[in-house]
Amino acid sequence: MRAYLSERVGAAVLMAPLLLFLVLAYAWPFLGVVKWSFTLPTPGLGQYNALLTDGLVQSVFIRTLRIAAIVTLVSVAAAYAITVVWVRGTPAQRVIAEFCILVPFWISVLTRAFGWVALLSNRGLINTWLQSIGFISEPLALVRNEFGVIVGMTHFLIPFAVFPLASSMRSLDDRVLLAARGLGSSRMRTFWTVFVPMTRSGIIGSAMIVFVFSLGFFVTPAILGGGRSVMIAELIYLRIFQSPDWGLGAAISVVLVLFVGALMALLFRYVRPKQLI
Amino acid sequence: MQQPGRAAEIKAIGIGKSFGSFRALDNLTLDIGRGEFLTLLGPSGSGKTTFLMILAGFVQPSDGRLFSDGVDITERPAEQRAAGMVFQGYALFPHMSVEANIAFPLKVRKKSATEIKRRVGEMIERVGLKGHEKKLPAQLSGGQQQRVALARALVFEPGVLLLDEPFSALDKSLRGQMQAEMKRLHQETGTTFVFVTHDQSEALALSSRVAIFDHGKLLQVGRPDEVYDRPANRFVAEFLGEINMLPLKGVKRADNGATGLCEDRAVRLRGNADAVGGNAILAIRPEHMSIAREAAVGENGIAATAIASTYLGAATRLDLTTRHGAKVTVSVPNEVAAAALSKGNSVWLTWPAEKGFLLPDGGQ
Repeated sequence: MRAYLSERVGAAVLMAPLLLFLVLAYAWPFLGVVKWSFTLPTPGLGQYNALLTDGLVQSVFIRTLRIAAIVTLVSVAAAYAITVVWVRGTPAQRVIAEFCILVPFWISVLTRAFGWVALLSNRGLINTWLQSIGFISEPLALVRNEFGVIVGMTHFLIPFAVFPLASSMRSLDDRVLLAARGLGSSRMRTFWTVFVPMTRSGIIGSAMIVFVFSLGFFVTPAILGGGRSVMIAELIYLRIFQSPDWGLGAAISVVLVLFVGALMALLFRYVRPKQLI
Repeated sequence: MQQPGRAAEIKAIGIGKSFGSFRALDNLTLDIGRGEFLTLLGPSGSGKTTFLMILAGFVQPSDGRLFSDGVDITERPAEQRAAGMVFQGYALFPHMSVEANIAFPLKVRKKSATEIKRRVGEMIERVGLKGHEKKLPAQLSGGQQQRVALARALVFEPGVLLLDEPFSALDKSLRGQMQAEMKRLHQETGTTFVFVTHDQSEALALSSRVAIFDHGKLLQVGRPDEVYDRPANRFVAEFLGEINMLPLKGVKRADNGATGLCEDRAVRLRGNADAVGGNAILAIRPEHMSIAREAAVGENGIAATAIASTYLGAATRLDLTTRHGAKVTVSVPNEVAAAALSKGNSVWLTWPAEKGFLLPDGGQ
C-alpha cells in the first residue's frame, strides 16, 4: 500500500512540470481568447451570432471538414499498408518501413510544403515531365487548390497514423490468423474478415488522431492552397492579424476547440489511451 | 483430409525439420490410421508440436513426404488441407459471436445460409452451448471457449482433427470433464484425432495409440498399455510414470523370458527378453511391487528397508532402500504400509515375473 502510494506520488511529481507548462502556456491564455469572443468589439453573443450567418466562415468550416475527412481516409489506408509491413514483414522489410516512417519526422513541415510546391506546381517536376513525354499539353492544376492541400497534409500525417495501428497489430494473437487459414480461409479472406476487424481499435484511434490534427492545419494549407483553399486555422489567423476582427477570430477558435474536445471524448469512449501508443 | 465426413488416413515418411542449426524433428515415419485417436506425447521442445504444425500445413518440413489417403500433401497449403485444428488458448475470433465463429469454416466453403444455420445449430447443441449463440468469446468461461473451438474445428467434418494442448489452461476438474467430452466427440464423429500433450496421464487415458517424442525423435508408438508396460527405452519408461530401476547381472535367455541376478538373488522375467546380454536394468512400476515378510524360493524378491511413507488417501507410497543401496518406491494399501513400518522396517519386495522388464544398461 505504501509502495503503491509513493508510486502514485512519484508519477504525479514527474507529470507536474508538463501539466504546469500546459496550464500556463495554453489553458490560461485560452481563457483570454474565450473572454475576447464574448467582449470584442462589444460585449454579448454577437460574434457567435455572426458565425451562424457569415457565409464565408461556414464555407471554410465545411471545406475544413471535407479536407480533414479525405486526408483521414487516405492517410489511414496508406498507414495501414505501411504498418502491416512494419509489424509483420520480414526483418529487411521492417527496417525499410521503419525508415520510411521515421524520416519524415526529421524534416520540418515548412520544408515539406515547399518540397511539394516544387513537385506539383505548373512548372514543377511532375508537370514538366508529363509535358516532356507528351502525355499532357497543358499543365495539370496540382497545387494552389484542395488537391495540393490534401497531398501535403496526407504526406505529413501518415507517420502519425502508423502508431495506433502498430499497437493494435502487435497485440494480435498470431494463432487466430493461423486458425482462420487452418479452417480453410485464404490469406486474402483472412486479412479482410479476421485481421482488419481485429485491428478496429487501432483504425479508430488512428483516424481520430489524423482527423483532429487535420482540423488545425495551418502551414500546409497556407502554402499548398495558395490562399484559394483556406482552412479554419488560416481563417483565424486572417481575422486576428489582417482584418483585424479579434472577436470573430476568438469565437471561431472557441468553436474549434469545443468540437475537437467533443471528438476526443468520443474517441476515449471507444479506445483506451494505452492503445494509441 | 479432403473428403468431408470421412476420416483420413495419414502417412508420414522420413519427415524432418530444421530451424537454422536446430533439428526440431528428425526422420519421423509414422502411420496414423483412419479414425484413430493418436496422442503425440513428449516434453516441450521434443518435436511433437512441430509435427502437428507440419500436419496442419503451417510449417513446411525440411525433408520427407506426407500423405493423406494416399495423396501427397507435403506442399499443399494449410487452407487447402483443411484439417480441423484446436489451438492452445483456443484462438477464437474475438470479434465474432459464438455462432459466427462456428459458422466461419462453412462460410469459407460457401455453403448455403440454410445449411450453415442447420449445421451450426446441430454443433452448438452437440457441444452444449445452447443459449450462448450470440455471446462473444470474451464473455465465455474457459471451458465454454474450449467447446466453441472444438465445434468450430469439427463443424465442417474434417478428415482429421488436430489438437494442440487444448486443455493446458483449464483447471483439473474441468480438464477431466473436457477429456470425457472429447472422447465422446471422437466416437460420435469417427474422425481421426491427433492430440498433442505433455501430460502422460492424459495421453494414456484418451488415446488409442501414443507416440512418444524426445529431442526431435519419435521413440515409440503403441497402445497405452504397450508403451506403459513395455517401454522401448529408459526415457519412455520414466516419462510415462514412476518406475523403479535395479541393476541386473548375468542376464540369460530362459524359456519364455529371461533370468538374471538382482542383488545376488535369482529373478525371472517373462515375455520381453530382447535386451538380453550380460548386464541390464530391471524396471518395475511402483504399483506392481508388493511388500512381503519373506520371498519364497523361486519367487522374485529383494530385501529392503522402509525409510519414509506418504499417505495418498487411496494408497500409501513407501520409499525404501535395498540392501545394495538402490532407492525403490512402491504403492501399497495403507494398512500394509503401516505394518511394514512398524516391523523394524525390514521387509521383502516381490513382483510377478511378467511385470518386470529389461532396459539396456546405462543411458537410454
